[in-house]
Amino acid sequence: MLNLELASSAEATSGAGFNARRAAMVVLGLIVVGLPFGLSGFRVFQLSQVIIYAIALLGLNLLTGFNGQISLGHGAFFAIGGYSMAILSAKFGVSYWFAIPVAGFLCFGAGFLFGFPALRLGGLYLALATFALALAVPQLLKFKPFDPWTGGVQGLLLSKPAAPLGLPLTRDQWLYFLCLLGAALLFWFSSNLVKSRIGRAMIAIRDHPIAAETMGVDLALVKTTTFGLSAAYVGVAGALSGLTVGFVNPDSFGLFLSLSIVVGIVVGGLGSIWGMVVGALFIEFVPNYADQISDVLGEGAKALPWAIYGVLLILIMYAAPEGAAGAGRSLARHGRRFLPRRESPSRGT
Amino acid sequence: MWSRRTFLKASAATAAALASRPAFAANAPGVTDTEIKIGQTMPYSGPASAYGTIGRSEAAYFKMINEQGGVNGRKINLISLDDGYSPPKTVEQTRKLVEQEQVAFIFNSLGTPPNTAIRDYLNDNKVPQLFVATGASKFGDYKRYPWTMGWQPNYRTEGAVFAKHILSSKPNAKIGILYQNDDFGKDYLDSVKETLGDKAASMIVKEVSYEVSEPTVDSQVITLQGSGADTFIIAATPKFAAQALRKAYDTGWKPLEYLTDVSLSIGAVLKPAGLEKCVGTLTANYGKDSTDPKWKDDPGMNAWREFMAKYMPSGDVTDNFNVYGYGVAATLVQVLKQCGADLSRERIMKEAANLKDLELPTLLPGIKINTSPTNYYPIRQMQLERFNGTTWELFGEVLSG
Repeated sequence: MLNLELASSAEATSGAGFNARRAAMVVLGLIVVGLPFGLSGFRVFQLSQVIIYAIALLGLNLLTGFNGQISLGHGAFFAIGGYSMAILSAKFGVSYWFAIPVAGFLCFGAGFLFGFPALRLGGLYLALATFALALAVPQLLKFKPFDPWTGGVQGLLLSKPAAPLGLPLTRDQWLYFLCLLGAALLFWFSSNLVKSRIGRAMIAIRDHPIAAETMGVDLALVKTTTFGLSAAYVGVAGALSGLTVGFVNPDSFGLFLSLSIVVGIVVGGLGSIWGMVVGALFIEFVPNYADQISDVLGEGAKALPWAIYGVLLILIMYAAPEGAAGAGRSLARHGRRFLPRRESPSRGT
Repeated sequence: MWSRRTFLKASAATAAALASRPAFAANAPGVTDTEIKIGQTMPYSGPASAYGTIGRSEAAYFKMINEQGGVNGRKINLISLDDGYSPPKTVEQTRKLVEQEQVAFIFNSLGTPPNTAIRDYLNDNKVPQLFVATGASKFGDYKRYPWTMGWQPNYRTEGAVFAKHILSSKPNAKIGILYQNDDFGKDYLDSVKETLGDKAASMIVKEVSYEVSEPTVDSQVITLQGSGADTFIIAATPKFAAQALRKAYDTGWKPLEYLTDVSLSIGAVLKPAGLEKCVGTLTANYGKDSTDPKWKDDPGMNAWREFMAKYMPSGDVTDNFNVYGYGVAATLVQVLKQCGADLSRERIMKEAANLKDLELPTLLPGIKINTSPTNYYPIRQMQLERFNGTTWELFGEVLSG
C-alpha cells in the first residue's frame, strides 16, 4: 500500500516497458497538442477547464493523497488565485505571464500559514477547519471594505488574452496552450517531487507520522510546506480559470467547487499523479452527461441530474475503489499475465 | 462549425444590406422551417435552485404554444441547462448552447453574476441575450451592449417610484433608508437619491446598511429611529424586511414605510413581522400575485391557472415564479410573432426593441411593456399598494420609474 505509484513507475522504466511507454507518451502528447485544431471553440474551452481542474486536483492530491491531510476547502485557494489574477490584471494592468505565478505564490503563502493550525488538527477536525475556510472566503470577497479591489458582489471582468507573437491561434486555442503549459510544468514538477527525498518524507508522514519523525523528518516543516504547495497549485488553477472564463465573482467559488475537487481526486485515485486527468475529466463532463440523461427521462426530471451523478459516483467507487489509477494498475497486472516472456513478476504491493 | 456560423452571420448582414425587405435575410442558427431552437441557463441545482421553476414554467408555456401550432408555424424548442448559479458553468453552458447546439439566441438566463459572465461573449458574437432574469439595472445598456435586454422593472425603477410618491404626497418628509449592502440595495439608494435630486441632501436624514451575514437589523432600525426620520424606506430581502417592520413598530416609531417589492410576500414577510404591525405599509408592484384573493376571478389569472393545471400539474400555484415565467415566455412569443418570416438575429433583436404597449394577462391592469432602440427596460411602470391588514390594496395611478 505504501507507494504504489513509485512501484509502478519504477517497473515501467525498466526494459521494453520503457520504450512502449515512451512511444505512448509521444502519441498522447501529439494528440493533446493537435486537439484544439480539430475541435470547436466551445470544446477547446471545455478542455481548458479539464486541464485547469487537473492542476487543482493534483494540488489537493499532493496534500491528501501523498501527505494524508484532508481538505474540504481548496475552493478557497482557487478563489484566491482567481481573484489575484483578476485584481492584478484588471486593477493594475499586470501581464498574465506575471500574474499567474504571483497568484501561485500568494496561495503558497496563504496555504503555508493555514498549515500551522492544520498541524494541530488531524483527520476529521482538519476537514472541518478547511470546510470553514471554503465557507468563509466567498463571503470575505463580498466584504464591503474590500469592494474597491474585489468588485464586491459584482465581481470583476477580465479580458481574454490574444495569442502573442502573432501566432495564428484563436483566443480559445491560445488559452488552451497556456493551461497546457502550466499543467506540463506542474505535473513534471510534482512527479519528480514525489520521487524525491521530500516526497518520500511526505508519504512517510501519511503512512506513519511517528515513525517518520523518528527517522528525522521535520513533521511541522514538511506538512506546512505541503499545504502551501498544494494551495499554490490550486491557486494557479484558479488564476487560469479566471483568465479562461473572463469573469470572477464570489458565486464562482462556492462550496461545491471544493467538494468537486475532493470528488475528483478520489475518482482519479489518491496518491496518483496522472489519475488526476481522469478525475478532471470526470468532474468536468459527468455532471453534463447526468443532465442529459435526466433530460431523456422526460420533463420534470430537471431535479434529477445530481441524483444520477450520485448513482454514477457510487457505481464508479464500487467498480474502482482506488480510483482510475487503481483500476489502471489492476488492469495492467491482469493484462501482464497473458503476455509471454515477461521475466520479473510484479512486486508485491 | 465556427466558420459556418461566421458565414451565416456574414450572409445575414449582406442580405440585410442588399435587400430593403429584411424578410429575406438569412435566419439565425437554430431556425428551421419547423423549429426555433433557443437556449438558457437556470440554477436547477445549488443555492438559487428555488428559481429553477421559472425555467420549467417557461418550457411548459412553449409546450402549450407548440400544441396550438407554434409561432408562424414554427415550434419553439427551449434547451434549458443547469448552471448551479456558478458563473464559470454559465459560460460553459452558454457556449455549448451557442456553438454546439446552435441556438438562435439566449432567453431569460437567470441571475446577475451568471448574466454578467456571458454578456461580453454574447455581444461580441452578436447573439441576442433576451429578457435576462435579474432586476439589476446594468442590463439595459443599449449603447455598450446592444444585444442584451432586461425584462422586469429594475430596482432603480422602484426606488424612483417611491421617491416620486414621497415628493408628491409628503414633500417635507424626513427619510431614513435601510439597505442591503450589495448591488440590489445600492441600486435602491442611488435611484432614490437621483430622483429626489437637489432635495436628497435635506430629505434623507439617515442611511444605514446591513450585511446579509448579520443576524438582525434591530440596531440599524434603532439608529434610524434616533435620526428623527418619519419615512422609512426598506430595501431589504425578506428575512431582514420582516425584522425591520416588526422592530419599527415595537419601538413605537411607526413611520410611513415603503417596502421593496422583493419583500412584498405576505406569507414570508408580513406574517412573521405581525400583520397588524404592517398596516399602512406601502410597496410597488407590477405583476399579479397568485396568492392574492383579489385575482380569484380575474380572466388573466384564470388563464394562468388553467395553464398550470394542464401543462405544469406538478407546479406550485402559490409560487409567483411560475407567474413570472409565464409572463416572460409570453413576451418572447410576441417578439417572435412580430418577426414574421425573418428570424435573423438582427431582426429578433430589432423586434425585441420594438414592443409597443404590450399587455400581459399576468401584469397589473394598466402596466404595459414598451421597448425601443433606446429603451432596453421593457417594464418601467409600477403601481403603489397599501397593506390593509389582510392584503395589498392597489391605489393611485400606474407610475413610471
